[in-house]
Amino acid sequence: MNRMSRFNAVSLTLGFAFLYIPMIILIIYSFNESRLVTVWGGFSTKWYGELFQNEAFLNAAWVTIKVAVMSSTIATVLGTMAAYVLVRGGRFMGRTLFSGMIYAPLVMPEVITGLSLLLLFIGIGLDRGVMTIVLAHTTFSMCYVSVVVSSRLVTFDKSLEEAALDLGCSPAESFRLVTLPIIAPAVISGWLLAFTLSLDDLVIASFTSGPSATTLPIRIFSAVRLGVTPEINALSTIMISIVTVGVITASLVTKRQMARQKAEERAAERG
Amino acid sequence: MTVSEFEPWNDPEAKPLIHFQNVTKRFGDFTAIDDLTIDIYEKEFYALLGPSGCGKTTLMRMLAGFETPTEGTIQLAGQDIVGVPPNKRATNMMFQSYALFPHLSIWENIAFGLRREGMAKDKINDRVEEMLRLTRMEKFARRKPHQVSGGQRQRVALARSLAKAPKLLLLDEPLGALDKKLRQDTQFELMDIQEKTGTTFVIVTHDQEEAMTVASRVAVMDHGQIKQVATPAHIYEAPNSVYVADFIGEVNIIDGTASPNGEDTYAVKWCDNHAPLNAASPLPFSEGQKCHLAIRPEKVSISADKPEGAANMVQGKVHDIAYLGNISTYYVELPTGAIIKAQTANTRRIARRSFTWEDTVWLSWTATAGVLLAE
Repeated sequence: MNRMSRFNAVSLTLGFAFLYIPMIILIIYSFNESRLVTVWGGFSTKWYGELFQNEAFLNAAWVTIKVAVMSSTIATVLGTMAAYVLVRGGRFMGRTLFSGMIYAPLVMPEVITGLSLLLLFIGIGLDRGVMTIVLAHTTFSMCYVSVVVSSRLVTFDKSLEEAALDLGCSPAESFRLVTLPIIAPAVISGWLLAFTLSLDDLVIASFTSGPSATTLPIRIFSAVRLGVTPEINALSTIMISIVTVGVITASLVTKRQMARQKAEERAAERG
Repeated sequence: MTVSEFEPWNDPEAKPLIHFQNVTKRFGDFTAIDDLTIDIYEKEFYALLGPSGCGKTTLMRMLAGFETPTEGTIQLAGQDIVGVPPNKRATNMMFQSYALFPHLSIWENIAFGLRREGMAKDKINDRVEEMLRLTRMEKFARRKPHQVSGGQRQRVALARSLAKAPKLLLLDEPLGALDKKLRQDTQFELMDIQEKTGTTFVIVTHDQEEAMTVASRVAVMDHGQIKQVATPAHIYEAPNSVYVADFIGEVNIIDGTASPNGEDTYAVKWCDNHAPLNAASPLPFSEGQKCHLAIRPEKVSISADKPEGAANMVQGKVHDIAYLGNISTYYVELPTGAIIKAQTANTRRIARRSFTWEDTVWLSWTATAGVLLAE
């Protein structure tokens, strides 16, 4: 194996330091004994204990998880359906337009997405609460799901579905018994991605939440305006861990699937 | 003849299993199938042969129900099947990629179609076991498709498509992914299974050797049309056009004009400085009609000395020799510049070959060796 040149080593260190030092500091300070955020007063886990006594934070956490589960599930269903039609629907009027439009929310500024959703909800007279946040999160995470699923569907051998039809399946059965089990890893990693995105969204949630429902990021943001407390450090550390686990699981699932596919292809070539 | 030949296509009483009537299929401006009418009989092993893009796969996909004809009707056992979706057809298909379900074991792959039928559990067991025995895959039933070799996957695909006992089995380039040796073994296995099960097979292939080996009849296709349908021997010995003669095996084509010189025999004038060639033909040609004389290289004899009493002989120079071990093909250049291929079996050791590059040789063939073609 080649040894890394000094220049590469320095670049790598700098890059990762830039990315991760803030988070590491936050995690370290979440175990701070002292009430003062910036002064180290010895190791303690007491802020984690206090966090779990804090009714407002716990409520917000519960709302956040509810929203994340619901929105990512709906987004997965809709996103998979959209991906399926865009990849498999053949050439229909406006197909290119639709596949372009699927990507648009990925690059749209969140403020604009949030604002337009707010206007929509006010326009149709929908009371803002958990429901509106779920709808809003579904809207933007659905396109991530459809991107992940359609990239899997592109490499999916269409003759597998034809074989299912040929052996007596209706199109719906062929999707349920053949297509879905095979693309399941992509669907799962799409769900995890949507879940993570919903979990840490602040901007869109603050546009679409109401007094009855506050998500954790909103609660943290408003608490920080009154000063950072070690409790928030502890809470952020927990959130970082959840998001990290989600992202790593999603990438592992995809990677394992790709490795298996490659192994199968190699075995096929060996004959 | 003592053995009764299987030739339902010569029996005017026989009802075809499949009947294409004036079928045309267009994709946009492209005509994949052009006004095609064919009959395929029960228990036939029917090969669709042609270069890629000739429409053979489209024809098969119309039989499976994945494509619908733009015009015309397709009948299966007397019933119009044009509007019937693939899952309601008594046909099954073996895909070129095999299309085995990767998430199911080989056993479950074979049982898949039977379960869709709602067959009783113990009956499914029996049928799957039977199919595994037929394809000699009993030992691998619990494995996943990616855990067996390409040849075994091919057999699983065959077992799966035969499990529902279809009236018609469609095979799309079934042996394309196998290496040559395995392919030859599998060809005989396919014929054996076809005979055992009595199923009608329609096979799509671009490999003429494969078509010749397995098929009871071969249909040579080009540009969405059937050029000729006949038994392999008939296609090889009596092609009806230069296209078919050229597509199946190697052939020498000599262009000329015909003039009758006896009963069913013609003198073919092909070059001003040479005597006309003699050829027999059951097809009538008029005086001065343009024609093509097609002769297979193995029917042309090559010798160093002038042969005695041959119906046709020409002199030329050995231009090239292709040594294939068991046979050699000599490319002999005539004084006119044309090249004639002559093939001989290498019955003697190569060191004892009596002529080599640049030697003057004689080529000869009988009057019945070639086929006289109008187009």
